[in-house]
Amino acid sequence: MIYRETGQFKTSYAADQQIFPIRQDRIGIAILLAFAFVVVPLTAGNYWFNAILIPFLIFSLAALGLNILTGYAGQLSLGSAAFMAVGAYAAYNFQVRIEGMPVLLSFILAGLTAAGVGILFGLPSLRIKGFYLAVATLAAQFFIVWCLTKFPYLSNYSASGVISVPNVEILGYTFDTPQSRYLLVLSIVSLMALLAKNMVRSSTGRAWMAVRDMDVAAEVIGIRLMRTKLLAFAISSFYCGVAGALYAFCYLGSVEPDGFSLDLSFKILFMIIVGGVGSILGSFLGAAFILLVPIFLDIVLPWLSELLHLPVDSATVSHMQLMVFGELIMFFLIVEPHGLARLWQIGKEKLRLWPFPH
Amino acid sequence: MQFFLEVLIGGLLSGVMYSLVALGFVLIFKASGVFNFAQGAMVFFAALSLVGCMEKGAPLWLAFILAFGIMTLLGIATEKFVLRKMVNQPPISLFMATIGLAFFIEGLAPLLWGNAVRRLDIGLVDEPIPWILEHWNMVISKFDLVAAGLALALVAVLALFFQYTRVGRALRAVADDHQAALSIGIPLQHIWALVWAVAGFVALVAGMLWGARNGVQFALTFTALKALPVLILGGFTSVPGAIVGGLIIGGTEKLAEIYIPPVMSGIFGGNFGGIEGWFPYVMALLFLLVRPEGLFGEKHIDRV
Amino acid sequence: MARKIGEVILDLRHISLSFGGVKALTDISFDVREHEIRAIIGPNGAGKSSMLNVINGVYRPQQGEIIFQGEHRKDMDTHAAAAAGIARTFQNIALFKGMTVLDNLMTGRNLKMRCNFLQHALWWGPAQREELEHRRKVEEIIDFLEIEHIRKTPVGRLPYGLQKRVELGRALAAEPKMLLLDEPMAGMNVEEKQDMCRFILDVNDQFGTTIVLIEHDMGVVMDISDRVVVLDYGRKIADGTPDEVKNDPEVIAAYLGTQH
Repeated sequence: MIYRETGQFKTSYAADQQIFPIRQDRIGIAILLAFAFVVVPLTAGNYWFNAILIPFLIFSLAALGLNILTGYAGQLSLGSAAFMAVGAYAAYNFQVRIEGMPVLLSFILAGLTAAGVGILFGLPSLRIKGFYLAVATLAAQFFIVWCLTKFPYLSNYSASGVISVPNVEILGYTFDTPQSRYLLVLSIVSLMALLAKNMVRSSTGRAWMAVRDMDVAAEVIGIRLMRTKLLAFAISSFYCGVAGALYAFCYLGSVEPDGFSLDLSFKILFMIIVGGVGSILGSFLGAAFILLVPIFLDIVLPWLSELLHLPVDSATVSHMQLMVFGELIMFFLIVEPHGLARLWQIGKEKLRLWPFPH
Repeated sequence: MQFFLEVLIGGLLSGVMYSLVALGFVLIFKASGVFNFAQGAMVFFAALSLVGCMEKGAPLWLAFILAFGIMTLLGIATEKFVLRKMVNQPPISLFMATIGLAFFIEGLAPLLWGNAVRRLDIGLVDEPIPWILEHWNMVISKFDLVAAGLALALVAVLALFFQYTRVGRALRAVADDHQAALSIGIPLQHIWALVWAVAGFVALVAGMLWGARNGVQFALTFTALKALPVLILGGFTSVPGAIVGGLIIGGTEKLAEIYIPPVMSGIFGGNFGGIEGWFPYVMALLFLLVRPEGLFGEKHIDRV
Repeated sequence: MARKIGEVILDLRHISLSFGGVKALTDISFDVREHEIRAIIGPNGAGKSSMLNVINGVYRPQQGEIIFQGEHRKDMDTHAAAAAGIARTFQNIALFKGMTVLDNLMTGRNLKMRCNFLQHALWWGPAQREELEHRRKVEEIIDFLEIEHIRKTPVGRLPYGLQKRVELGRALAAEPKMLLLDEPMAGMNVEEKQDMCRFILDVNDQFGTTIVLIEHDMGVVMDISDRVVVLDYGRKIADGTPDEVKNDPEVIAAYLGTQH
């Protein structure tokens, strides 16, 4: 009954163009942000920050990056983890090699580096589509990780490419507690999500979707395919790159190239499939879902095994995880190809009309 | 020169193995338009099933038949529970579904058969052929040669099967135009299930040969991934393309692995091994820029 | 009629197009005058769609010359065509199915938008102003085509007839000088056809847009077009006013078959 837009008339196109045109949604998002920025830091424990909230935000950002490329511009990529790796290593190198480099600037430069690499590997998209492109992005995945392992310069001559990043320090303040790192990541991710939303609701985003839905028609309208696709590759890689930098600096502290494996790329792809292809909100929902599944299984499987008196070792749990991931992907693609974001939307529409069925 | 030839021949022979996996992709793609990313996982699953049956005491021939039965069941189940429910979806969604399928199979296989690395003995030894070693002083593996011969024989049988049997004709009709095939009474779903079974058979042969060579282990799925660049080279719809593409990838990656790292170490210092991990992909990518439709693929003209 | 037919705006000279060995168009010449409604007719496979594709650069002819607004070209490219003010619709609707009607129309104005992606990302300021300005224009077209009620509906969910109308709207959103319509009335019922006819005539009349259309419904073609060019097997067999064309023996032969 409370979720009603009755009486909210829009009298200008500006009002109609807001991100959240319905008042209740605006209140909802304000409450959510206040909760995330104020209540959570005051109440959550270290386990929550380190094991759930920080990785959730970082993977949301990476999923957002992939969603820009795959969901909005329609170019399937299987190499997101590699672009995260580029971001992580670039940020590290900017930090280590340039004296007094501000951390935030090195994150931005890391994103730009990833964007440059993204453009390079996006070039084939001008001539190929679909599966062909997906296979081509595998080249990025394997080649980049190999380079990071084999060129000692890139990891500042550390053994087997492992890098340990310095503490994040901005304007003299050191982000050494989980709370502070959480707040930093939350701020960056919220800001970048807002920027992404702005892009996809303006002509940049429309050009992406036009190329995705019908490239010949887009061309006829005067959209330049090359520029549009490469821009999508660049921005997507920028997002993945920043996510990678945060992954190293605010989450793990030390990373190795093999950590950015094909498996991680798939996980990010799964996030957008489950969350919703072509939806900003979906990137967040998907990241949460995919991160929570293993945690959920870790809790449920031992409990089940005790109940049924079946031995379950850790290998079994990890195999079960693979199967559950696989099943989830197939399930969502069959039942709701637009993912959780679409379910959320349907739910809201139902609520708007409730208690009337139509 | 002798060493070069030795490397090249070794590469070509292992390339035949890539061809074998690529062939499984091509079969399914031709018949149903599905790009089956799970083909690599199927190779792994088939090899594990084979080993599993043998561990339970079955002789090789019986284990082979049993494993084939399991692969057929898997294929039918995939068709029935996944693909049939996604008929109207865009090909890229189907592709992503097969990634899910790959994960599912990769989890299921070790759950059923255990996850230890297993040796698979099919009565072939990986040793140089003495006669060639004596006369040309080259190390050519007996195993590789026999395996390549077996793979080629399989390809030949499949080609004959498609060309001359009723089912083969139906398959080709389906590949050409689903709707038209349906309208003349070809049972589409049976054909798809059949194709998955045949792809399962190809996966089984590939899994058996590879498993016997390198041990049956999870890494098989990665090796099987190399079939993807093979497909790009050869074109998704071409059986000869899969073979030629496999040979090219096999040959060049081994040559690259031997000859490029020393050069790079000379320039940058350090160790640059492991090039074969990415070389096929990068080569396929560069190739795409020159010839997007592959060596044997059909050129596509957009109609508007 | 109030509108006045002007000078030649598009002149096609000796256009030949082939795919591999298959000839689609052979040595075709005709012109289009400003503000006129020019129809291209012919049996299936005559090369009508190929002709439109040549005009806006989707296909590149092997021979010939295209002169649009005095500018001589060997062939068009799609971007140049769009920039010069040529918009079109497609035989099999080519809308952006995942986007709303409003977004489809806004996309039609893409070339007129000047902000870059950084301004878009920041939104507040130039990007928002630009968006509003174009929104106003698009709303005019929405009113014109009487599709206000579906502006927020994803086009994939609309019935066929409405999709055709939205596609016309997307082309109009670009405020084109010349509009290429590929079978705008195919598959429509009588009422929908009447509506579409009215829209086409209104566009031509109110905005002065030059229209080149392909249509199979001879009644419609004869009613609304100023001049008609007839293609058969990739060749031009007749060119003139509807009445001239109607009585041309070669045209009758092409449509009804010749006696041997």
